[in-house]
Amino acid sequence: MEPVESLFRRESGRMVAALTRVFGVHNLSLAEDVVQESFCRAMEVWKFRGVPDNPSAWLMTVAKNRALDVLRRERTARTFAPELTRLLESEWTLVPTLDEQLSPPAIADDLLRMMFSCCDPQVSEESQIALMLHILCGFSVDEAAGAFVATHAAMEKRLTRAKKVLAQSKRLFDVADAQGFSSRLPAVQRALYLLFNEGYHGASPEFAVRNELCQEALRLVAVLQGHPLGATPATDALAALMCLDAARLPARTDSAGELLPLADQDRSRWNRDLLIEGERLLQRSARGPELTPYHLEAAIAWVHANAARAEDTEWSQIVELYDMLMAVRPTPVVALNRAIALAQLHGPELGLEAIDAIEHRERLARYPFFPAAIGELELRAGRPASARRHFRDALRLARNPAERRFLEQRASACVS
Amino acid sequence: MNEYVFLYRGGSRPASPQEAQSVMQQWMAWLQDLAKRGHLKDQGQPLDPTGKVVAGKAMTITDGPFAEAKDLVGGYSLVNASDLAEAAELSKGCPIFERGGAVEVRPIMKM
Repeated sequence: MEPVESLFRRESGRMVAALTRVFGVHNLSLAEDVVQESFCRAMEVWKFRGVPDNPSAWLMTVAKNRALDVLRRERTARTFAPELTRLLESEWTLVPTLDEQLSPPAIADDLLRMMFSCCDPQVSEESQIALMLHILCGFSVDEAAGAFVATHAAMEKRLTRAKKVLAQSKRLFDVADAQGFSSRLPAVQRALYLLFNEGYHGASPEFAVRNELCQEALRLVAVLQGHPLGATPATDALAALMCLDAARLPARTDSAGELLPLADQDRSRWNRDLLIEGERLLQRSARGPELTPYHLEAAIAWVHANAARAEDTEWSQIVELYDMLMAVRPTPVVALNRAIALAQLHGPELGLEAIDAIEHRERLARYPFFPAAIGELELRAGRPASARRHFRDALRLARNPAERRFLEQRASACVS
Repeated sequence: MNEYVFLYRGGSRPASPQEAQSVMQQWMAWLQDLAKRGHLKDQGQPLDPTGKVVAGKAMTITDGPFAEAKDLVGGYSLVNASDLAEAAELSKGCPIFERGGAVEVRPIMKM
C-alpha cells in the first residue's frame, strides 16, 4: 500500500483531471472542490477504520458520489462538458454516464490530458509548472509557494491567473490528436525539466521540499513515457537526465545537512537503482536522428556518474558534451558549467578566460554560483585574496542558509 | 476489564485535505497504540454531522444539528480498561484535544 502521507499527492491529480473532463474545464475549481471534499470525507472515515487496501478506487467512488450530488444540484444553474451535457441532464443517463466517464479505462489518460492542458502556450512557463504542481501533484497554494520561494499571495495570484486561461480554453487538451500532441510535447518536456530543476538547483531552503519536486517530476515524466506518442527519444533522454541527477540527491548534503559539492560527495551514497535506470533510458534515447539538450545533459550526468572517484572524471568528454550543448542551447548557465569543466581539464586560468568570454553574463548577476565559481578558480590559481572577494559577492546572493554556510566556509578557506 | 465508550465531541474539522491527512495519521497512530496495549475493543465509527431528531409524543421530526458544534458527537470507540480512572487516562492521547474537542468517557452499564 502507498504511504498514507502521500495519498493526496498521488491521487488528487488524476481525480481532478477526471472530474474536470466531466464538468468541463470552465468548472476546474468545482472539480477541485469536489476532490478536496471527497478526501476530507474519506479521511474522516479512515481515521477510525484504517485505510483500505485500494484507497485510489475508494477515493474515486467517494468523488463519484459527490460529483453526482453536484451534477443534480447544479445542472440547471451550470453548463458542464459540452459533449456530455445531454447525458448528464437526464436522470436516466446520468449515473451510467458518470460510471463510464470515471471507469479505469476512461481515466487512464486524464493525468496526461491535464498535463498538456497546463502547458498552454498562453500560460507563462513558471505558471505552467506551478499549475502542474498544484493540480497534478496536489500541492496546496502554500506548498507551491514554499517550493518556489514565493509568498502565498503571489502564488495564489499566479495560479488564479493561469487557471483563468485554462478555463477560457473551453476544453481540455485532446491527447488523441497526434499532430497537436507532438506540437505541444516540447513545451510539456520543458515544463517537466524546469520542475525538476526547481527541485535540483532551486532556492527553497528545505531539502525535503526540493527532493519532493524532483520526485514529482520523475513521476510525471513516467506518465509521459507511458503514452505511445509521449515516449519519444527526447522524453527518454529527459527521464534519463532526471534519474541520473536524482541519483546524487542523497549525497548532496552531509550528515549535518550541509551542502556538498560534487567533488566532495560520498559516491557510495548515490542511488544505484536510479543510476541503472538512467543509463538504460539514456541508451534507449539514442534512437532516431534527434539530439536534444536533454540527451547532452543526460550524457554529462552519466559521465559524472561513471567516475568512481571525483578525480577519475573524464573531463575531456564533459567539455566536449558542453561544447555540443552550447551549439544547441547557448545559455549563460551552460557556458558557466562549460568553463568550470574546461578549468578541470586545462587549469584555472583557461577556465577564468572562458568565464570572461561568457555572453550575456549579466543574466547570471543574481546567481550565487557564478561569483562562487570565479572564487573557486581564483583560489586554485593561487590568488586567495581575489577568491575571498568573489566568495563574499556570492554570499550576498545566497538564497538560503545552507548556501550561506557553504559560501562562508569557502570564503574562510581563502587564506593568503 | 471493563468496557467504556469514548464519545468524541466537537473539535474543528480539517480545512484542507493536507490537514485531513495529518489528522487521520494522528488518529490512526493513537488507535493503533491503544490496540497494541490491548485496550481497543472496537475502533468504532465516525458520525456524519447531519441527521434528524425525532422527539416528543408527537414524534416530531426536526433536522439536525441538535447540539452546538462544540458538543456534537463526531464518532465513538469502545475501550477496555480496569476502571473509569484508567479509561479517562487513556483518552488523553486522543488527537481531538489539539483541535479543541473533548472525549466523553462513559462506562457501559453492567448488571
